[in-house]
Amino acid sequence: MVLGFLASQLLVGLSRAMILFIVSAGLTFVLGVLRVPNVFHGSLYMIGAFSAFSIATQLGHHPASVWVAFLTAPLVVALIGLAVERTLLTRLYQREHLMLILFTFGVTLVLNDLVKLAWGADYRSILPPPVLQGSAVLMGVPVPRYNLFLLAVGPLVALGMWLFTHRTRIGKLARAAAVDREMVALLGIDVNHVFAGAFLVGAYLAGLGGALVAPSTSITLGMDHTILIEAFLIVTTGGLGNIWGALLGALLFGLTQSLGVLIWPQFAIVFPYLATASVLLVRPRGLLRSVW
Amino acid sequence: MLEIQGIHAFYGLSHVLFDVSLRVGEGEVVCLLGRNGAGKTTTLRSIMGIVPPRQGHVWFRGEEITHLPPHRVVQKGIWYVPDDRRIFPDLTVRENLEIAERPGRRGLWDRERVYELFPVLKSKERQKGGTLSGGEQKMLAIARALVGNPDLLLLDEPLEGLAPQLIRAILEQIQEMKRLGLTVLLAEQNVHAALQVADRVYVIDDGRIRFHGTVEELRAQEGIRRKYLLV
Ligand SMILES: Nc1ncnc2c1ncn2[C@@H]1O[C@H](COP(=O)(O)OP(=O)(O)OP(=O)(O)O)[C@@H](O)[C@H]1O
Ligand SMILES: [Mg+2]
Repeated sequence: MVLGFLASQLLVGLSRAMILFIVSAGLTFVLGVLRVPNVFHGSLYMIGAFSAFSIATQLGHHPASVWVAFLTAPLVVALIGLAVERTLLTRLYQREHLMLILFTFGVTLVLNDLVKLAWGADYRSILPPPVLQGSAVLMGVPVPRYNLFLLAVGPLVALGMWLFTHRTRIGKLARAAAVDREMVALLGIDVNHVFAGAFLVGAYLAGLGGALVAPSTSITLGMDHTILIEAFLIVTTGGLGNIWGALLGALLFGLTQSLGVLIWPQFAIVFPYLATASVLLVRPRGLLRSVW
Repeated sequence: MLEIQGIHAFYGLSHVLFDVSLRVGEGEVVCLLGRNGAGKTTTLRSIMGIVPPRQGHVWFRGEEITHLPPHRVVQKGIWYVPDDRRIFPDLTVRENLEIAERPGRRGLWDRERVYELFPVLKSKERQKGGTLSGGEQKMLAIARALVGNPDLLLLDEPLEGLAPQLIRAILEQIQEMKRLGLTVLLAEQNVHAALQVADRVYVIDDGRIRFHGTVEELRAQEGIRRKYLLV
């Protein structure tokens, strides 16, 4: 019984970690390549969740409706991100970080008002795709199928990011631009295109995180705040710009959160913050190498 | 092929290049000689658009490129090998070359071809750029520009800090490039080595061109060499 509870908390923590990883990977990628601390990353996540809700409910009871939402909502978010990057952010790359933070914070306010206009202040929810509803029994313990699904998606996203950054031209250029953007220009490449591509990927990941979290939570205004704080902490503990660091940070955060419940339920929320704070005390630049 | 007319360049308020003019003809190897702080690097950076000149003009194949951003200058066919190499440390040797590869007008150079020039790069293909020695990074920096198939190559002190043997190897490669029709503008302090490959020479000092002429003319000008080159 105790062991079963432990296992199920572990699963909750791991699946939460996968969402955190997907969102943080996008944040850290943009931070590494563009050197932009994107404060509206959380808003993109929220828009991903709301878009998934709208797409899934528009399509009604078709068994594939949520799958379609998973595939399309992140694309919608990626395009919104790209539009902001191309029209506004691109003018600010030469400016200091404070400007970038203020600007992206400003975008947060605008996007959040737009979300309020489009979806209102009500709580929304969607169900997981039919095959992922209910529980499976693993070693005598019932576990939500949707959590198992998230557990599989996280590593796939990690693999996808690896392939993108190591097997595609734009991905390799993004890694190069993270270190020396002027030298990338000296290869005859318009760095702005690389930045646009990297931002698109970052926004896509925020949207994907939002779409995937939608069936497991209530979709509401304000869901952007928590994720933003968590993602920034994770990215910092992992090492700025390091995607594998984001994975480690997310695992640390998700697991301490869910296992903390077993230790001290009323104060479970403090465990992940304690864990990340201790990591930063010992390794101020994060667990893995930062590109900053 | 390349024509610079009276450029003035600044870093912020400090005036670094004064009325610099020079010309590089198709197929030539032209040397820009000068001691530390003379303005060699700044001249090359001005051509590339990294430090755009505030006055004067840069022409390439009859087209004005003075105010083009660096990536557009490269697209015109001018590739720059910076003195500090600027290898991407997290990318492998192969990846460093891959992202620079470009068929170009000539389409002469590709990865296999530069591996023939610099066999050591082939053997370290999968190693991270940051783990190469200084000399190996210099070779990689040159190779990286070559696979872009430049029409004009700007080399900034490619011989600096290299062992005599390696200097000879690089000089041979420059001659080979010239034989294949590449035009080279070479900024150097190593007068003795540079004169072995140069067709014509410019001497720069304190941001001003002090001499230009053929290698023989420079050899005859004892005073210039003493005054500006310390040889
Ligand atoms: N980034 C910079 N900011 C301000 N001044 C600079 C900068 N870079 C170079 N300078 C100055 O411009 C002048 C010319 O420098 P430059 O680098 O062009 O010389 P160089 O001939 O390439 O010398 P070296 O052989 O040492 O590389 C020097 O007086 C130098 O101090
Ligand atoms: Mg120099």
